[in-house]
Amino acid sequence: MSKHISSLAPSVVVDTAAARVAVSQLIGRISLRARGDLAAVGNAIGVALPTKIGTCAKADGIEVACLGPDEWTLLVSLNQIEKVEDALAALYPSLPHSMTEVTGREVTFTIEGPQAVDLLSIATPRDIASIKVGEARRTLFDGATVVLWRDAETSFRMDVWNSFAPFLATTLETGAKELAAELA
Amino acid sequence: MIQIHCPYCGETLPELEFAYAGEAHIERPLSPSEQSDEQWAEFLFLRENVKGPHFERWRHLHGCGRFFNAVRNTITDRFYITYKAGEPRPDLATLLEEDK
Repeated sequence: MSKHISSLAPSVVVDTAAARVAVSQLIGRISLRARGDLAAVGNAIGVALPTKIGTCAKADGIEVACLGPDEWTLLVSLNQIEKVEDALAALYPSLPHSMTEVTGREVTFTIEGPQAVDLLSIATPRDIASIKVGEARRTLFDGATVVLWRDAETSFRMDVWNSFAPFLATTLETGAKELAAELA
Repeated sequence: MIQIHCPYCGETLPELEFAYAGEAHIERPLSPSEQSDEQWAEFLFLRENVKGPHFERWRHLHGCGRFFNAVRNTITDRFYITYKAGEPRPDLATLLEEDK
């Protein structure tokens, strides 16, 4: 696995009355591109692939978001990732697809708090309200491509490529402090 | 900010998520070796440079990542339609009529 490349260790970036931003624990990630018999892929990994862009599916230890017409990102717990990789690899002869393990490519920020939506809107051009709870989108945050998962009204996860992570952490920290200053 | 409808995502999103990708409906010759230099140069370099409704490609770069086609007025920046790559070129007269 490529997990040792990750740059930011799990820690709290900022914790204010407006929002709390933290770097999550390491989690396995797989980028999947496939066309054709998606049901076979679903059977192999144990969760049916969602086909509408932005929708997610979840099962024990695995979470899938549909990012494009033929593209998915899989978050897999570290103790299951090899099993999922093997299951997908077994499909290669019958269903050619692209499965790449990208665990070390990204880190995840959790962003939660009463003003989490306001914090995200400082650097996201799209309307955060258009992402429903339980959905995920690939979008733009302060110039970097990120995958934004909405877990609850005021709770988000943001998957960020390592090289952008320290920079985006600074943006989130500044934003959270400014929003908290407005509250005070 | 311009709002662009992505035919794959089915959402209308800010232009910052998108990237312009040149003129649409340019077909690569099936056998380049049989092309004359003039024909090849025309394929590679010559574009319509339209003033008005323009058929062009866009990519939903910070989103689904797909290329799609659009008809945009190069004077007003108005998008008349966006449609998936591979779909036939829509009739311009009908589009302009519908837009009135």
